[in-house]
Amino acid sequence: MERVLAFRKYLILGFILLIASIFLARLFYVQIMVDKYILSANNNVLRYMTQYPARGLVFDRYGELLVYNEAAYDLMVIPKQVKKPDTAALCSLLGIDAEEFRSRLQKARAFSPYRPSIFEAQITRENFGFLEEKLFLFPGFYVQPRTLRKYSYPVAAHAFGYIGEASPEVIARNPYYRPGDYIGISGIEKSYEEVLRGQKGMKIRVFDVLNRDKGSFRDGKYDTTAVAGIDLYATMDVQLQQYGELLMTNKKGSIVAIEPSTGEILCLVTSPSYDPNLLSGNIRKKNYSALLADTVYVPLFNRALMAMYPPGSTFKLVDALVGQQEGVLTPETRYGCQLGFAIGNGKKVACHPHPSPLDLIGAIQTSCNAYFCRVFKSIIDNHAYPGTRKAYENWRKEVMSFGFGKKLGIDMPGELNGNIPSPAYYDKYHGVNRWRSMTIISLAIGQGEVGITPLQLANFSAAIANRGWFRTPHLIRAIGKKDSLIGEFTTRHQVAVDPRYFEVVVEGMANVVTAGTATGAKLDSVEICGKTGTAQNPHGKNHSIFIAFAPRNNPKIAISVVCENAGFGATWAAPIASLMIEKYLKRTVKRKDVEERMIGGNLINGKYDDDKRKQRDLSQD
Amino acid sequence: MTRENKGIFHRIDWVLVVLYLSMLLIGWLSIYAAVYDENHYHIFDLTQKYGKQMVFIIAALLLAMGILIIDPKFFSQFTWFIYGFFLFMLVVVIFSGREIAGSKGWFAIGGFGIQPAEFAKMATALALAKYLSLQDIDLRKYKNVIGAATIILIPALIVMLQHDTGSAIVFLALVIVLYRAGLTGFVPLAFIGLPVLAILALLINKLILVAILVLIAGGFYFFSKRKIRTSLLILALFLGLSGFVFSVDYSVHHILKSHQRNRIEVLIGKQTDLKGAGYNVNQSLIAIGSGKLFGKGFLQGTQTKYNFVPEQSTDFIFCTIGEEWGFVGSALLVILFTGMIVRLIQRAERQRSRFSRFYGYGVASIILFHFAINIGMTLGLVPVIGIPLPFISYGGSSLWAFTILLFIFIRQDSSRFELV
Repeated sequence: MERVLAFRKYLILGFILLIASIFLARLFYVQIMVDKYILSANNNVLRYMTQYPARGLVFDRYGELLVYNEAAYDLMVIPKQVKKPDTAALCSLLGIDAEEFRSRLQKARAFSPYRPSIFEAQITRENFGFLEEKLFLFPGFYVQPRTLRKYSYPVAAHAFGYIGEASPEVIARNPYYRPGDYIGISGIEKSYEEVLRGQKGMKIRVFDVLNRDKGSFRDGKYDTTAVAGIDLYATMDVQLQQYGELLMTNKKGSIVAIEPSTGEILCLVTSPSYDPNLLSGNIRKKNYSALLADTVYVPLFNRALMAMYPPGSTFKLVDALVGQQEGVLTPETRYGCQLGFAIGNGKKVACHPHPSPLDLIGAIQTSCNAYFCRVFKSIIDNHAYPGTRKAYENWRKEVMSFGFGKKLGIDMPGELNGNIPSPAYYDKYHGVNRWRSMTIISLAIGQGEVGITPLQLANFSAAIANRGWFRTPHLIRAIGKKDSLIGEFTTRHQVAVDPRYFEVVVEGMANVVTAGTATGAKLDSVEICGKTGTAQNPHGKNHSIFIAFAPRNNPKIAISVVCENAGFGATWAAPIASLMIEKYLKRTVKRKDVEERMIGGNLINGKYDDDKRKQRDLSQD
Repeated sequence: MTRENKGIFHRIDWVLVVLYLSMLLIGWLSIYAAVYDENHYHIFDLTQKYGKQMVFIIAALLLAMGILIIDPKFFSQFTWFIYGFFLFMLVVVIFSGREIAGSKGWFAIGGFGIQPAEFAKMATALALAKYLSLQDIDLRKYKNVIGAATIILIPALIVMLQHDTGSAIVFLALVIVLYRAGLTGFVPLAFIGLPVLAILALLINKLILVAILVLIAGGFYFFSKRKIRTSLLILALFLGLSGFVFSVDYSVHHILKSHQRNRIEVLIGKQTDLKGAGYNVNQSLIAIGSGKLFGKGFLQGTQTKYNFVPEQSTDFIFCTIGEEWGFVGSALLVILFTGMIVRLIQRAERQRSRFSRFYGYGVASIILFHFAINIGMTLGLVPVIGIPLPFISYGGSSLWAFTILLFIFIRQDSSRFELV
């Protein structure tokens, strides 16, 4: 019996060792095998506080501040720490209802119960004051300083673009962005996003079980400081931009002005537009929807880059240049014109009464349709080429060398290619070898399939002003420092027409203003060279187009003006261009009567007034 | 030189003493880490728990030395007096004691609380050893089993009346002593088997469980000698266990208190409310699990330092060790405890005196039970039962009681050649 009992010692020892082994195995599992506990421990105490850098500023070409930041505050929530708050009090402070409160909290909890989410974004400084006093009553809520984009002038909304919260798609694509981060969505805010945004910083702080801040984690060893965004120096003359938008009041269209020697964009007006401050801060979503809903005036549509027009008679300058280059035209070439140019089957391209026959300068001055139809015909029917198609291809190549029919590469998103039809297009439309110069004769006078953006027109004007070359138009000249120019914009693009053929065209353009189709654009103190265009438009009244540069020698400004449904180029576009040139070169405009007439001209059925008022109402929200 | 002439310090088991001292040191440092306050960074600061624990430790060492110089026969001769005295104190404390954390088991003496239940374990271990060492005691006789059970159950029931269920259950650990003394193996088997069966009953379909019982009973019947008596016994056992299976739900919902029910439901995963009933165990696991292999380092435990773990200087002290010393430190402590318990059993087996041997088993059982339940609780293996980790947890009563418990045995062991 005693021996049996003595054996029980081993059973008892075995039992003890069993317990010890279970504990060791469990410890091994909990401490070595799984990682969730260390993650939970960090979640318990560590708060990752993002340090948002100030976005870079934007200055105009004279150093005037255009875009800057204003302090704003995001109300953050950590759902786990929210202790049945006095919902009503917080709701009334924020101006939301209980239902909205619950749904926001639910959304935040779905993201993470431990990590902060934005509860109310971009609270302005004024509103923040009320909130700050009461905030201690609501555990789980705190504010995070952010910045709000502000614009010194209510102009150039499309050029600046706007910023907004990074979308889930962006976040999935680019690991830099986290929910709640801001990102440039359009304009230079988008194209210079990586320069402007700066570098976010991260502060890791330790919080105890009662959510008391216990200081930085490991004495800030893992903290990073935010680096402010880099400032941009724009090419824009904000006074000119503002003046341009004023002139375009109640008109659809655009004004693009470029400094020919540099390609710097002096103004990029598109009309109708809106106040860029409308799309900043927590009013953005609401205002954006309202602007988007306006399908009549489409204020979000950037006509300067995204609207294609037939260039009309301005395109005759292309005929003049390419014709000389191809050797089928000299300044002395004369063609007669009896109110038009017959194209067969009893049809003709009509022309207006003028002296006949004319040489090249006279033809530009009077914008003779017949003359340029003949020039175009001789280019396409040139026997130097084995057939229409080859001659057309060559013509197209030379035309495109002026920056037509493809993106110029402006530093803004959304630019259109424009359209110089390919031979393949005509093959498809008319059949292979079934089209001749007379089939496509409307190209001669800038009608038909050709499509040009206002930016391309202005660039064309700059290329003539430079007598044969241009630099890529751009909105930002320097990054960080005033004199650190952006390299890619310093390249000269030579066009396919020899410089010696330009002077006669320039002479013709000077005559357009002094004694031709656009005498309304005449400015006594400066010699302006210009060309009118009147683009036929299937949707309504003709578009009024004018391109110009000035002064004639050593030009400082090249410009394109498009006024939709405004009739002749000489009526609206030419005087507006002239006023813009005066404003830019002289800084003040003396021709108050012209100015008044232009500003007062309402080309959008008077309904546009209501629209402007609507926008003003929005801004007061 | 005869053995009697050798000094007491040459005859005591230094392995146990060194294990004891190292646990005291680990305990003290862990309490320092658990309640560390930058404004009172000094470990000797008497306003803080670690300063107080140091005083408790000094007092415990004095107690230990005092016990070592007492005549070893004193304890066996005065067993009944000691037992009676602490039973009396257990009753007195119900009427005149202070209530701490829902339990009325504390005497307030000066600024300190004394908890007689801690000492009653020692007294009961003595009494049980004394009873089992009496002539003619044979645990195959029901009369003697009832006698032994009475010695264990009286203090347990009184402690129960103090609303301190955890401490009361500890007394049941002494069944190991009874088993070693000859009690049938069915009793300890039932002690382990019934809780397992209860948890199974909560987890799986009861009919399946009963079907399994039928198979087991059938198996036993088939391999037994198929006498009437055995068959009836198997049938009775089967019916009893089946009844037990079906009564578990009722017991859980109507007999247990709500917090006890919650703790069981958390253990078996029926409650996963990490902010409510599951909070303690979850935070405890986070603390231990986040220690990884080498731990976060002394005073670097964030779970501990920022008070995510409740009761971290007392019942959940093991979290601090797990978090700051990692698997290496935790495993070392488990090995230290296992070593102490195994050593106690080995030394107990060497005793000539039945009293000393059974007392040694009593000491081992009580320490084993505390160790198993306390660490098992922090690891989420057993329900939360609020009993301290011997020698480690903060608290004077617990430390002194365990010191006395252990050193009476060390004293007996040192004189094992004189005691018969």
